[in-house]
Amino acid sequence: MITFPWITTLTMVPVVGAIVLLALGSRNKVLVRWIALAFSIFALILTLVLWHKFNTVADGFQFQELHAWVPSLNIEYRVGIDGLGLLMLLLTSIVVPIGMLASWQIQQRVSLYFALVLFLQACIFGTFTALNFFHWFIFWELSLIPAFFLIKLWGGSKSAKAAMQFLIYTMVGSIAMLMSFLAIYLATRTFDFTELAHLAQSGQLMPAVVSTLGWRLFTPEHTAMLIFFGAFLGFAVKVPLIPFHTWLPAAYSEAPTGTTIILTGAMSKMGLYGFLRILLPLFGPQMQHVLTPLLWLAVATVVLSAYAALAQTDLKRIFAYSSINHLGYCMLGIFAVVKFTGGDAGLTSEKFAAMNGVFVQMFNHGLTAATVFWFIAMLEKRTGGLRGLHDFGGLRKVVPVFTGLMGIALFSSLGLPGLNGFIGEFLIFKGSFPLVTWATSISALGLLITAIFILGVLQRVFYGSLGEKWVHLPDLTLGERLTLVPAIGLMFALGLYPQLILGVVNHTAIQMALNLRNF
Amino acid sequence: MNVINYGQLLGLAWPEIILTVTALLVVAADILFLRRSSIRTRFIASVAIASIGCAGAILRLLHTFTQATVLGGVLVATPLVSLVQIALVILTVATLFLSVDSTFTDHVSEFVLLVLLATTGMLFLVASQDLLVIFISLELLSLSLYILAGFDKRSPRSSEAALKYFLFGGMSAAFMLYGFSLLYGFSNSTNLASIASAIHGQPLSPILIIAIVTTVIGFGFKIAAAPFHFWAPDVYQGAPVPSAAFIASGSKVASFFIFFQVLVLGLAGAEGNATWSHFHSGWVPVLVVVAVVSMLLGNLVAIVQSSLRRLLAYSAVAHAGYMLLAYVTHTQQSLAALLYYVATYSLATLGVLGVLSVTEKQIGNDKIADLAGLSRRAPFLSACLTVFLLSLAGIPPLSGFFAKFLLFTSVLATNPSSHLLLWLVIVAIAMSAVSLYYYLSVLKRVFVSDKPAEAPEIQSPVLSQIVVGLLAAGVVLLGCAPDLILTPILNVIHASGL
Repeated sequence: MITFPWITTLTMVPVVGAIVLLALGSRNKVLVRWIALAFSIFALILTLVLWHKFNTVADGFQFQELHAWVPSLNIEYRVGIDGLGLLMLLLTSIVVPIGMLASWQIQQRVSLYFALVLFLQACIFGTFTALNFFHWFIFWELSLIPAFFLIKLWGGSKSAKAAMQFLIYTMVGSIAMLMSFLAIYLATRTFDFTELAHLAQSGQLMPAVVSTLGWRLFTPEHTAMLIFFGAFLGFAVKVPLIPFHTWLPAAYSEAPTGTTIILTGAMSKMGLYGFLRILLPLFGPQMQHVLTPLLWLAVATVVLSAYAALAQTDLKRIFAYSSINHLGYCMLGIFAVVKFTGGDAGLTSEKFAAMNGVFVQMFNHGLTAATVFWFIAMLEKRTGGLRGLHDFGGLRKVVPVFTGLMGIALFSSLGLPGLNGFIGEFLIFKGSFPLVTWATSISALGLLITAIFILGVLQRVFYGSLGEKWVHLPDLTLGERLTLVPAIGLMFALGLYPQLILGVVNHTAIQMALNLRNF
Repeated sequence: MNVINYGQLLGLAWPEIILTVTALLVVAADILFLRRSSIRTRFIASVAIASIGCAGAILRLLHTFTQATVLGGVLVATPLVSLVQIALVILTVATLFLSVDSTFTDHVSEFVLLVLLATTGMLFLVASQDLLVIFISLELLSLSLYILAGFDKRSPRSSEAALKYFLFGGMSAAFMLYGFSLLYGFSNSTNLASIASAIHGQPLSPILIIAIVTTVIGFGFKIAAAPFHFWAPDVYQGAPVPSAAFIASGSKVASFFIFFQVLVLGLAGAEGNATWSHFHSGWVPVLVVVAVVSMLLGNLVAIVQSSLRRLLAYSAVAHAGYMLLAYVTHTQQSLAALLYYVATYSLATLGVLGVLSVTEKQIGNDKIADLAGLSRRAPFLSACLTVFLLSLAGIPPLSGFFAKFLLFTSVLATNPSSHLLLWLVIVAIAMSAVSLYYYLSVLKRVFVSDKPAEAPEIQSPVLSQIVVGLLAAGVVLLGCAPDLILTPILNVIHASGL
């Protein structure tokens, strides 16, 4: 039976959109924007169709497509999604239209801008659905190019430098990862994630790689660790974990805000996705071996980035660091799941909780961060690009609706119960605490500091005395309110009824956690 | 002593004979019937005749996909050789089509004649395993190329390029001949296999080392590897575009292939070992040095170029460095990777020069700065240029990416535990990342910079657009479906047993 190639179609939709926009040129800017939005909405609808058709209790990957691509090298085109992949597709499909709406006022080379955004979306889709390292890596690398140009061409005054830093950091990580996977490929002659995971499960992967490489200067354990670090570096830069994070604040704050939304909402999840899809199944024993240092990195990411956010005065930089902080919780959850627990059933169920928490947190952070940056974009639009913490004050009196809705988004970011941000963090902390008690305890400090700086933002921007300049600041228009309602509504919906997501990802989370137990 | 079987010799030399006769026909037709016509008509007529001849040669090559040897290797036919020859003829046809809209000369038939003679030289070159025939056909190729480089008599640059090319070429030919004569003196034979058996098992004598080094110098010049690349920037810049395209594509493919054959067949047993702990002199250590120097010098110097053609020349040096890695391992896989690499590289280079042939005519030079805003003056050509440059940079899913991937994997797969190969590949990957910078900076000019005020839209001839478009399609197609030519390459290599 030939099934409809859903995933390839979904990946191609933005590509077709990009080509249409490029062919159209920038003469009619309004038309270009609407066409771009139409393509991204179409992708969203397709994703919702997939969401509807997805079987939430089946094992393994669904909507699979498998074609021989380069038979002489045993490279296949294989795509498919499980609960995690589906969740990430949905997130991307939601975040990209938000990013487009936030870039509505861009005037220069409009068609190129939106074409690059759509192209970036296609690359992100490709990364979240590929099941063969070869084309997964192609999408992963390719996504850098539109992102680089989006930051460089439409960004702020220091965007050239920020874009270059972003490119170089990510490239170095990717090259290290590529070398590791070449070594694995030489030993196993396959790039297929599932096959590699099976080899790793049965404990054959690393011995094969070590004997193929045969480096006499290193012990087998060290060689395996070296291979792991190569792959780890690629993802750690992308997430980012804290010593590898310095590209992020510059890139996020210099990029046009619409692009920042896509970077933080969708692209930052690529690193975490890589940890879950590639590192956990392939390098479980290696990760267990260096679990303590990894946990330190996660804790440092959570706590230090929160402190760094406290010290910033540029709204975009504040939420760039806040982004690192929120993804740090995910890293904590992932590393907690890696911890070796033997057959203890109680701890295994904690692992399920942490894994579910990681998935939910990935989605929620994407949604919340995208919305927060959207508000910042609206603020920039109204004030001619101002976004300093001390530029404002008392805005509550002139723009009450704006204040209320942005407040909801900020509280969601803070993790207030009843809003979506709470669920993921709660599950991660609930699951991680019994597994890695000390790391979780220190990370809780991050929650506190996050609350402080977010309340600080609320206070400085919306309360206090109103500046002369802002007396005539216009509140949200009807159109803006209408476009914001779905995002804010989703925050409440997920906060009150998290089963919407958990129902879909729970099975995948349990499978992933169980596979790890076998090491 | 063997009796020469002239019938067989003729049978194997059919493609070359067809090309030579075609070349004469082109001249005859031009002189007898087309003296009065416009240059464009003459170009169209000559190229049409030449293409028919090339098509005939390709058909003949497809027909004789067999194994045969004349005089113990003076002329051989294997599926592998035939495949390379077909690729060479295809590149020649593409070059000829690119030259149709040229105006640099009124000696139309002579130009086409020289291209066809050079092609004949290349076909003999790749089909021989005998030093003497290799040298003669290399000279036939080179002499034709010297004249082609200087064909634009109105341009002092072109003459300068031709003179430089000739002087450096003559020098390197002398080196090569010296090396060949030493090899002959050493083994009493000009046949590659006999030379190999004479070398085999013997300690490396100083004479042999000199022979190896001079041979590498001679071929290093042809493939523009550093430090024998000094002619390349000037020739790429000064020669008329079709000549430059021919020098950069067809002649590269032929030289890379025959260089590999000479080393692997003729100097088997003198490979040596370049690793630190087991150092042993031979041609591998020499090539490791040449490869690293080429990669570093080519990429770093390319960054500061302001002329696109010179940039292309230095990137050619860099690509020669990558391709030399295949020689360091010299396995069947690496030969397959080398052939895939050089074929796709030629397509992309040809494409860039094809775009340049259109833009230069209207902009007046090849300065990267003057390409500013090209995307709004010639959208189609700019899109194709993007494909070519990104492929050269090795961006997926274009063929340049897959070529690099294949090459580096084949090098590592030969001996995964070798630190030397690992470091070579690391240098190559790092340098490819550097190359991304200068390719992207060209594209930035094309797409981002504002076009100069009052710059008219660029008129592109239909034929050039078709050729460039086909080349771009080829680059994309071979990148997305590499098995289209990779499987045939692997098959013929296995069948030919090199």
